Amino acid sequence: MNAETLAPLRLALVGNPNCGKTALFNQLTGSRQKVANYAGVTVERKEGRLRGPSGRSYAVLDLPGAYSLNAASLDEAVARDVIRGCYPGEAAPDALVCVMDATNLRLHLRFALELRELGKPMIVAVNMMDAARRRGIGIDLVELERLLGVPVVETVAVRRHGARALVERIERMAEALHAPTQRLGKGADLHAETRRLLAATVRMPARTARIDDALDRWLLHPLFGLLALAMVMFLIFQAVYAWATPLMDLIDAGTAWLGETVGAVLPEGPLSSLLVDGIIAGVGGVIVFLPQILILFAFILALEESGYLPRAAFLLDRMMASAGLSGRSFIPLLSSFACAIPGIMATRSIQDPRDRLATILVAPLMTCSARLPVYALLIGAFIPQKTVWGVFNRQGLVLFGLYAAGVASALLVSWVMKQWRRDKGEHALLLELPSYRVPHARDLLIGLWERAMIFLKRVGGIILALTVLLWVLLYFPNGGADVTQSLAGRIGQALSVVFAPVGFNWQICIALIPGLAAREVAVSSLATVYALSTADDTAAAQALAPLINDGWSLATALSLLVWYIYAPMCISTLATIKRETNSWKQMAGATGYLFALAYAAAFATYQVAVLLGAG
Amino acid sequence: MRLAELPRRVPGIVASVEDQGPNDSIARRLRELGFVAGEQVEVVAVGPMGSEPILVQVGFTRFALRRAEAARVRLLDGAGA
Repeated sequence: MNAETLAPLRLALVGNPNCGKTALFNQLTGSRQKVANYAGVTVERKEGRLRGPSGRSYAVLDLPGAYSLNAASLDEAVARDVIRGCYPGEAAPDALVCVMDATNLRLHLRFALELRELGKPMIVAVNMMDAARRRGIGIDLVELERLLGVPVVETVAVRRHGARALVERIERMAEALHAPTQRLGKGADLHAETRRLLAATVRMPARTARIDDALDRWLLHPLFGLLALAMVMFLIFQAVYAWATPLMDLIDAGTAWLGETVGAVLPEGPLSSLLVDGIIAGVGGVIVFLPQILILFAFILALEESGYLPRAAFLLDRMMASAGLSGRSFIPLLSSFACAIPGIMATRSIQDPRDRLATILVAPLMTCSARLPVYALLIGAFIPQKTVWGVFNRQGLVLFGLYAAGVASALLVSWVMKQWRRDKGEHALLLELPSYRVPHARDLLIGLWERAMIFLKRVGGIILALTVLLWVLLYFPNGGADVTQSLAGRIGQALSVVFAPVGFNWQICIALIPGLAAREVAVSSLATVYALSTADDTAAAQALAPLINDGWSLATALSLLVWYIYAPMCISTLATIKRETNSWKQMAGATGYLFALAYAAAFATYQVAVLLGAG
Repeated sequence: MRLAELPRRVPGIVASVEDQGPNDSIARRLRELGFVAGEQVEVVAVGPMGSEPILVQVGFTRFALRRAEAARVRLLDGAGA
């Protein structure tokens, strides 16, 4: 039979967290990947295609990392069920590729032995062999293969062709699948067997890498470690604000040009107005913030790959625990700075359900990237560009303050929740601090691409729909002639009674309506509101900053900034909370408390600012 | 002695991991991660606040443990002294 006509063999990549599995997956499948969720849960499912030299193709599944088949988290439970072929809607894999970190064999070999007991066809990939050689670790792969009774190959996932040997073994195995020739049987001591195998096949001069010891001495130091962490965080925020500017200017100019060009070609009327004022201005005003999101995610991905993120969790664990969270909450919360949705989804790495729920509920308080457009607009319009203490940008400092306020509020809220709950049992930390690694460009780029796609899909779907809906509210019933008489104007005016005590005018009230559905829409909504309410509507979309500077008091701007620290989250976040907690009650509770906090804080800010003369 | 009481940079040998209550999943996970009899452990760092959590080297791996978790690990007496 022709190799190309065979059904693709299903391979599952399995391994401990930090074994370099995802890098190997990227190496094997390149850009031919599909990211989705496992049915019924929000554990990320990554599948890709591998085409062997024979022309045969393979469906490669990158399973969530697991330490054991005794699942202690949802990720591990999914991995276990897929491997065993009992996950609903997932076909059982034909063969397993067990990935081990060559520098951490004692831990990873135990899991390989546990997997071998399942009796499935299996290949062991000893990954990161380059790092192992640098550390003088010698592994007799031939002997290991003989003792394990399954094919063993070395891989260097981050090097070109570093998986060639693995692909060859996969091809050879595909010809004739067979179960491992050795098994230990039930109740065997996997640790004893691991020790026996290590003694027979591995020569290791030192248990740890000298570079890890040296870096940990400084980066985990009670004083210097915290200083380094603060510097890293601060650098991220300055970078997000400063580096993205040129790109954003470019996108701004492109949007304006497109709007003008389309406006000039089309005859005046509803269609032209919809395209220029609704779709182009709205979507352009959101895409413009993609550079900031990408820069932030580049930092998060690089910190994650380098092994620094778990160190940060280690440093912060005590503080987080005293606030009712865990050190593991740090990573989901940091991800929530980019978007609460991946952040809330990342809480699945928190094994303790109670810590996990607390983290989910405060994640929306982390300043997500969708709030950046609002912050950026207001800061740009109201805070003068000035250098403070010779090095810092004042606008950057205000942004940093807003982020800090979000973090402080989250800690406060979780502390209050901790005082209220009845169950005071024990939480586990049990966090592995992997070896330091230099992040690999390809893995960073693939990660960035995935995140950008997730963001853009949200822009394309929810946000575009809402921008168009808003345009409808603004354009009808009177053709956009007078916005105060439009549907949106009437809703905004009705709402402005409620929001007068916090200083919001009716334009802001209109923007809050779609802003509830997705925060970043608020800016494009404002642009639309102002674009249609001024005579010269081609220049208005770009001229939003000076416009609001003229039209709003400083107190209103500050009140809106503070509102957005807490702003009741977008519908997508609410949907994610509902899905992750599987409870409408939790979702309603989260919405209610955020609404109350936002109103109270904005009220206080506005009233104080007015008293101080900023009204 | 227990792992939670082991001073920094002093090697100890694991005697056993004790369950605290029935079905102690933390104890089971500790055993899976390599805290088993005869294994050498060492506290290599402690957290900046209240010396918590502790960073424990076991085998080739480093794990951050809270003191309450580390208290489940009993060490051989005399080892490391």
